[in-house]
Amino acid sequence: MTTSTMSPSAPLRLAAPGTGSSSAPVWFVFGGVFAVAWLLVELNGGQFMTVDNLQNMAVRSVALGLVAVGQTIVLIGGSLDLSVAYMVSVTAVSASFVMQGDPDRMALGIAVTLALGVGVGLVNGLVITRLRINAFIATLGTSLVMSGILNALFTNFTGSVPREFQALGYNALGPVPVAVLLLLAVVALAWYTLRRTRFGYHLYAVGGSAEVARLSGVRTDRVVVTAHVLCSLTAVLTGLFLVSRLRSGAPWVGPDGGYDLESIAAAVVGGTALAGGRGTVAGTLAGVLILAVVDQVFNEFEVNAFLKTLIRGVIIVGAVALYALRNRRDEEVF
Amino acid sequence: MRHPLRTMLAVCGAAALLATGCTSTAPEEGGDDGPAGSGTGQQSSFFVQADYDEQIAQRAVTPTGPADQPWLQAISPQLVDTAKYKKAGKHTICFSNAGVNNPWRVVGWTTMQAEAKLHPEIAALTAVDAEGKDDKQISDIDGLLASKKCSALIVSPNTTAALTPAVEKACQAGLPVIVFDRGVNTDCPVTFIHPIGGYAFGATAAEFLTDKVKKDGKILALRILPGVDVLETRWAAAKVIFDKADVDVVGVEFTDGDAAKVKTIVNDYLERHGSIDGVWMDAGATSVAAAEAFEDAGQKVPVITGEDQQDFLRLWQEKKLTAVAPTYPTYQWRTPIVAALDILAGKQVPKEWVLPQPTITEENLGQYVLPQLPPLHYALCGCEKMPGFPQNWGGDQ
Amino acid sequence: MTVTAPPPATAAPERSASRAWRLLRAVPPIWLVLAAVIVLIAWRNPTFVEPAPFLAFLRRCAPLAVLAAGQVFVIIAGEFDLSVGALVTAVVVVAARLSDGDAGNTWWLIPLLLAGGALVGLVNGLVTTRLRVPSFIATLGMLLVLSGAVFLWSGGAPRGSLADNFRQFGRFGVEIPGLGQLPYAVLILVAIGVGLWLLLSHTRFGHQVYAAGGNPRAAGLSGVDVRRVRTAAFVISGLSAVVAGVLLGGFTGVTAEAGVGYEFQAIAAVVLGGAVLGGGRGSVGAALAGALTLQSVFTLLNLLGLAKSLRDAVQGLIIIGAAAYAAHRLRRSG
Repeated sequence: MTTSTMSPSAPLRLAAPGTGSSSAPVWFVFGGVFAVAWLLVELNGGQFMTVDNLQNMAVRSVALGLVAVGQTIVLIGGSLDLSVAYMVSVTAVSASFVMQGDPDRMALGIAVTLALGVGVGLVNGLVITRLRINAFIATLGTSLVMSGILNALFTNFTGSVPREFQALGYNALGPVPVAVLLLLAVVALAWYTLRRTRFGYHLYAVGGSAEVARLSGVRTDRVVVTAHVLCSLTAVLTGLFLVSRLRSGAPWVGPDGGYDLESIAAAVVGGTALAGGRGTVAGTLAGVLILAVVDQVFNEFEVNAFLKTLIRGVIIVGAVALYALRNRRDEEVF
Repeated sequence: MRHPLRTMLAVCGAAALLATGCTSTAPEEGGDDGPAGSGTGQQSSFFVQADYDEQIAQRAVTPTGPADQPWLQAISPQLVDTAKYKKAGKHTICFSNAGVNNPWRVVGWTTMQAEAKLHPEIAALTAVDAEGKDDKQISDIDGLLASKKCSALIVSPNTTAALTPAVEKACQAGLPVIVFDRGVNTDCPVTFIHPIGGYAFGATAAEFLTDKVKKDGKILALRILPGVDVLETRWAAAKVIFDKADVDVVGVEFTDGDAAKVKTIVNDYLERHGSIDGVWMDAGATSVAAAEAFEDAGQKVPVITGEDQQDFLRLWQEKKLTAVAPTYPTYQWRTPIVAALDILAGKQVPKEWVLPQPTITEENLGQYVLPQLPPLHYALCGCEKMPGFPQNWGGDQ
Repeated sequence: MTVTAPPPATAAPERSASRAWRLLRAVPPIWLVLAAVIVLIAWRNPTFVEPAPFLAFLRRCAPLAVLAAGQVFVIIAGEFDLSVGALVTAVVVVAARLSDGDAGNTWWLIPLLLAGGALVGLVNGLVTTRLRVPSFIATLGMLLVLSGAVFLWSGGAPRGSLADNFRQFGRFGVEIPGLGQLPYAVLILVAIGVGLWLLLSHTRFGHQVYAAGGNPRAAGLSGVDVRRVRTAAFVISGLSAVVAGVLLGGFTGVTAEAGVGYEFQAIAAVVLGGAVLGGGRGSVGAALAGALTLQSVFTLLNLLGLAKSLRDAVQGLIIIGAAAYAAHRLRRSG
């Protein structure tokens, strides 16, 4: 978690963000995993390349995919957000509580949850930058606070979202589910933000070396706070997607989904460096899809739940070890 | 049963771990301004009088069906016609499982697999495990529908409200849908299989206590956590019984299902009150820990309630406790397979298939103690005569 | 914060007052917080500070305190260990199956478990230092692998049972006339606390741990094998998790979820004790005090009748506050 390693290439990164941050290798791996999965499933007598199945895999990726995009943004900035799981719960519960099944209150519900997301992101960012607390502890703390307040106010599924809102979770435009379009839009927007805006350049610089970035005139605190706001907003989108699927929100939907650690896992499988400064949202998307395809194979072969857990652990560590091996040349040996 | 145990397998949400773990050994002391004799508090919003009355009555009904195979029995069944689902040939039965994230579900799932093997007309039992995630289970059901290989779909929902839309979708696809354990908020499934329920469980335990504990005796109620429907009904029923009786409920405490916390709470109550005359538990997983806390304090274990887990039954037999064990039988995992085959054969099945919910008492304790099985095995699996018993359930020959 | 200059022999009364103040300032603040919380508890419930209840309190703190004392090595060395909770669970499940209630198995079982814990720590350390996987990911992977493997091996739920002579360490104690029972767990806690304190504060290895976390490059240049030191820290953490598992399993008997949540609690305890995530700061004594404080705060909040959910929220605020205070001190001391 130390972000102090002063890499000689840091100033370069300031000029050309994401040097060494191509997502191509991850997509290559995804292609391989996809092909192997296809082969295995077909050999097993299952169906893989059907519209239904591909739709299913894509929708499975949405909830984790949205929040993983946000997690990637904070990770690139050298931070991390463990509070996203409860942000998802807060969103799901407050959306269904505000909407109460009334289509006229949909806009209000969405507005309230987005405002909450901005608020939580600001708190996370400010606690980290102003109080100079490690992001792990800071967001663990805000996560506990959110869980406490949420569980004190609600104990079960509360309210509901109107049928119109459920279109987000269940409808499709032609063969493409609406939720998948949302995910693609968020990925595209995040890609543009990271690669084509000043904020994006600065974010990579801050994650690469906060000190060098500061010396180059970047207002690092502001960049980190913005990254946390964006991250919380993606957690809000995951919450809205979930509540549209579940029709109602309960305090446990976020933590039960494991979105905190899984979003970090998806990002690192997608090539994002936990130490900051390196990563792409396209890579994260590939990471999420890899995990979804693996899940599909698990389902097809009815892999024992405990074995699944074990294999996931190996995949996550193995992926990161491989990236570390590839990047060894860039890094210093202490 | 689900929430305190939900984190074991899931890729361990950090916050979820904290929610169940971070308070794990804190002593539960209600504060000295209150609880001594403060009673049981308000009835919760989960309490439904009509359901309570129905379950209390169902306990006395003799179920139809073979007495030695309780998983085939039904209480006051309203049969429905299933001719339209009749299908020849071998069947692929699909099963969307909420998870195997606690020992109760592990025993149940093992039992269901064994049941499927008993029927040659089943070509395959295709199961997908949602790992305790609502959204994954919705996608799992979608995936099973998309595969188009299912003859019938069995669902054990992770939560009632969240899975309702997915089950509705499955019904619309024309498949016979069978729901068991937890229900859904729609009557589109062909049958909903479940034991009598939480009110009966909680009431049976509470009645035993009010019967065996001396007048004005002190009772401690230990609950896992608030807000979970199946657990709330157990406590709601117990509360009704306690409020009517001459007992003093000195405390109602939440344990998170954590044995260390249970021992601590009991210890603190013993310090404060000197003695406790009865312990009511909303689930049996930590009954042994509660009993041990009395032993560790050098006291006799008081009247206590548990469940059909082996560790508790063994302790009960060994230490000759005054105890009762209402059950939420794992043999209900056999019934959905039977129901699916009945439906595919066009036979009538109960619309709501209410299974009997036996109580283990001192008289029948002996038949449920199975020394060769692991400590967290649930005795009422109805699996003793199945092939592979006891090894497949983790037991020794 | 070291007070070295002895006061002049002719100290006036006001001088001695200021000396008392300076001595007080020399005490790590967590001990003062702990004392304050215990005074508050005793005010609400005077029996708490009687020998028997207080020893019972220490006994239930012991597993977390031992974990924190091991975790602090890893954190000072600049890493995380998220695998300790899963390791505690694994210890209980493995011990139950291998012990099978037979007292004759205990003498070889405990060394075997310790060896297993050391191996887990070694793997964590090697994956982190040799494969360059960030410890957050490496130990998260270990968490998944352990929890998957152990239940795969035992068939989903624990089997067997723990022999009484295995359980005695966590459950029983020695009778001391007039005092009541002195739990073995408290004796073990004191022994391990003293042992690890000596190791960290009074050996060359201890200095190397601080150096490896505080400034790895400088440490490396001055001849410290940073990778080996960090690996050793993980091994210590693994060993302490085994001890915690033995104590916890002894106290509660066989459960399927003995260690759930302990990884975050241990890190929270270490942070409460003033350690800074990122490395270089912390001490065994303060980590132990952090663990005791965490538990006594729960006791206090209970006594005050706070709902469980709000206790979570208060805990979150306390963790953030402690980390903010540590960061503040770090900045002031340069």
